[in-house]
Amino acid sequence: MDITELTVHELQEKLKNKELTVTEITKAYVNRINEKEKDVQAFITLTTDDAIKQSKEIEDKINKKEISGDLAGIPIGIKDNICKKGVKTTAASKMLENFVSPYNATVMEKINNENLITLGKTNMDEFAMGSSTETSYFKKTKNPWDLNRVPGGSSGGSAAAVASNMVPWALGSDTGGSIRQPAGFCGVVGLKPTYGLVSRFGLIAFASSLDQIGTFTKDIKDTAILLNVIAGHDEKDSTSANVEEKDYTKCLKNDVKGLKIAVPKEFFGEGINEEVKDALEKAIEKYKELGAKVEEVSLDIANYALAAYYIIACAEASSNLGRFDGIRYGYRTPNYTNLKDIYVNSRSEGFGDEVKRRIILGTYVLSSGYYDAYYKKAQKVRTLVKNKFDEIFKNYDVILTPTSPTTAFKIGEKSDNPLEMYLSDICTVSVNIAGLPGLSMPCGVDKNGLPIGMQLIGKHFDEETILNAGYTYEQATKFREKYKAELKK
Amino acid sequence: MKVEKEELLHIANLARLKIKDDEIDKYLLNLQDILNFSNIVNNANVDELKETIGERNSSNVFRKDEIEEFDNIDQMIKNFPEEQENMIRVPKVVQ
Repeated sequence: MDITELTVHELQEKLKNKELTVTEITKAYVNRINEKEKDVQAFITLTTDDAIKQSKEIEDKINKKEISGDLAGIPIGIKDNICKKGVKTTAASKMLENFVSPYNATVMEKINNENLITLGKTNMDEFAMGSSTETSYFKKTKNPWDLNRVPGGSSGGSAAAVASNMVPWALGSDTGGSIRQPAGFCGVVGLKPTYGLVSRFGLIAFASSLDQIGTFTKDIKDTAILLNVIAGHDEKDSTSANVEEKDYTKCLKNDVKGLKIAVPKEFFGEGINEEVKDALEKAIEKYKELGAKVEEVSLDIANYALAAYYIIACAEASSNLGRFDGIRYGYRTPNYTNLKDIYVNSRSEGFGDEVKRRIILGTYVLSSGYYDAYYKKAQKVRTLVKNKFDEIFKNYDVILTPTSPTTAFKIGEKSDNPLEMYLSDICTVSVNIAGLPGLSMPCGVDKNGLPIGMQLIGKHFDEETILNAGYTYEQATKFREKYKAELKK
Repeated sequence: MKVEKEELLHIANLARLKIKDDEIDKYLLNLQDILNFSNIVNNANVDELKETIGERNSSNVFRKDEIEEFDNIDQMIKNFPEEQENMIRVPKVVQ
């Protein structure tokens, strides 16, 4: 048995039956990392030494019955924009290269309360700005299905770490598709919860009205288990929602009879790769077979939503990243004589190209003369997008689309053309604009053997319906039994 | 709408960023590209609509203004780029 192939619920089962111990599990993952990380490069900081130490302590406590808890001793990977106390949290930027977080993000507290073991902080696009993890200051993560290709982004390290069995699951963040798109590219399950379901306290802010922490897992049941851990109201995040606590594993019924699924035809039009379309059409047929009611609808907002997204996200980023000034923490230029020099040179030397580009774009759309034409218009488009989704959700339970227009592209293929890179987010951004939950899961592979992602969008705070829809499809198709990332070049 | 070099440099200055001379053309081109695309928001029929600012803006959120002591001041100080006697060192700001 290869321990690292198992899902978390399988690991839990084996821990419970005493077939495995916590230290065996941790060691298996650490060995896997030692063997494969050089090829995949999914991590910025590894905490494997601490993890081994921690696994012994946890095992000891379990044996002495000092802790019980279903998840004690299960390893996890954490995206490097989520603060973990005493560990470097860099957001993949030179700006925060040496920043050691003095506190834990709320999700990190929750992870620690369950006695999960963090194996490392995963690579990402700098400040989560990108769709390929290529803008990281530190390294380029490779796609485990084809090491010449990108894992997607911005949470590419988390997606690749799960797909290459270096962690059984991981946390990421999603501002415009940064969980779902890499999950799609890497053939794993990614959930962006409803805006407000998971606390953002301790998540390095990119665009505060769009950012949301979510999960990468090998299957849907694990998604439900991890969502149980991280969801919940937090008074440290004023946008955190006060909704009733749920056990998300209870919604996995393996039944979609009568479920009403809307398929927006615009998400299957121009620019969507034929093989992606074919795979999605097969998935639609499967849902019909399983008893769901699937109908084509019109949701003609993708382009508007993408344009509005880049205006709003960059505007918010230009404000959020104002705090990086070289004064209190982060990179400070050695080249200064006065205060303005510190600001300008620290920022110019500390931020990468993509981050600077977005700050400039954001400053531009917020500047007088352009505010009305761009920013204000984009905020109105946001209302339009929300209204369109509301209309569809009056009659349907789930909206089904591709996660991305294509499968994983080659490293370097789009890095010189920012607009082309932005267009790869066309299927995912509208979900953030409307604050809805979105799930990406694999639904097939293309002729190169690369995974194809399917996106299921739900109503606000109705993660249960998309989780059950995903689970039922997963049980009927068994992607993981048929396909596997081989880490080949 | 065309973005001029002077405008780019003005915006960069507002954002406290310096763009190197040999990078100006690339930034101009990228910015122009993205703005041209973003311009499609102006084709959307939104005249009747209100702006959505943030996701849920229906109510304000309050909490008591209570002081909690932070337990890891040492690490905060370690993160200072330049430190002197537990204080952040900055250049002289008053003449």
